[in-house]
Amino acid sequence: MSDAQTKSNKNWWVLFLPLVVFIGLVVFLLKGLGSDPTKLESVLIDKPVPEFSAVDLFNDNIQHTEKVLYDGPLLMNVWATWCPTCRAEHEFLNKLAAQGVPIVGLNYQDDSRAKAIDWLNTLGDPYTVNIFDPEGDVAFEFGVYGAPETYFIDANGKIRYRHVGDVNQRNWENKLQKIYQQLQQESSS
Amino acid sequence: MSLLKGLLGMVTLVFSMALLAQQVTYDGYEFKTAEQRQTYQQLTQELRCPKCQNQNIADSNAPLAGDMRERAYNMVMQGHSKQEVIDHMVARYGNFAHYRPPFNLFTAVLWLAPLFIALVGIAIAIRMSRRRRQTVALSDQEREQLQQLKERSKDD
Repeated sequence: MSDAQTKSNKNWWVLFLPLVVFIGLVVFLLKGLGSDPTKLESVLIDKPVPEFSAVDLFNDNIQHTEKVLYDGPLLMNVWATWCPTCRAEHEFLNKLAAQGVPIVGLNYQDDSRAKAIDWLNTLGDPYTVNIFDPEGDVAFEFGVYGAPETYFIDANGKIRYRHVGDVNQRNWENKLQKIYQQLQQESSS
Repeated sequence: MSLLKGLLGMVTLVFSMALLAQQVTYDGYEFKTAEQRQTYQQLTQELRCPKCQNQNIADSNAPLAGDMRERAYNMVMQGHSKQEVIDHMVARYGNFAHYRPPFNLFTAVLWLAPLFIALVGIAIAIRMSRRRRQTVALSDQEREQLQQLKERSKDD
């Protein structure tokens, strides 16, 4: 066997290097294709709910603090009348509330308080507590960047999951219900 | 005389106030010092609007960007440092909200990939230039042929 031949035998695997790099790139880019760039991971996951103080949507004399979120597990839904997707999910929130899922409502920078109250009076009020946040100060503490957003809060007042976009029958059955049931199991055990 | 002095004083005051106002008003906000204005300006350039895909909060018209500008302004006026404002935003909106991501396990690829690629490139360049410089060894027979060729060209 000549010198050149042993050398090429030794380095045959180098020929596969571009293929390996290519496959790696394909896997990496395919993963990126499936993810929605407008959906942000919340940085508050597994952290206690931030402190806040805000009045009740219906009554100026009632003050709510982060304590209302310690009665979990519960959901906190961020909504406003200017948000069409909130309108779309409202029916389903009513349904969840009827099934006994506690939902705290955070009215986020709404056009007017009267509009928000009118919305709940005509479409039904699925919320156990209604927090009024006209300047978005409470929402800012949660890192809210749009509406609707739904936070899953456990029995210890920790934020465990954030869902961006509407809650509907499909994503509730496929994913969200499991998360909520998990929190329920944790609190009962 | 005192009237003249008073007038002069007034004129000086108006001019200095105009100069001061020019220096410390920016983006519809009033600042006490030029330094505060500069900090605010830097913050709005560096902070990223979470609602938008790729815009800083200075350029974005999104309501959330407006809220963040207001928060940044208030914090600067309360005497918070630039880093404190950044930390405040990142604690709520994540590293997404800052255009200079920190160096950690998740961002290591981001920071190290350019360096790595540059090093690989340099290594390849060095290897290629070395290979080219290697002298080709001639066998005895080839050397003889070369000699013959040289002599033939001399004869021509």
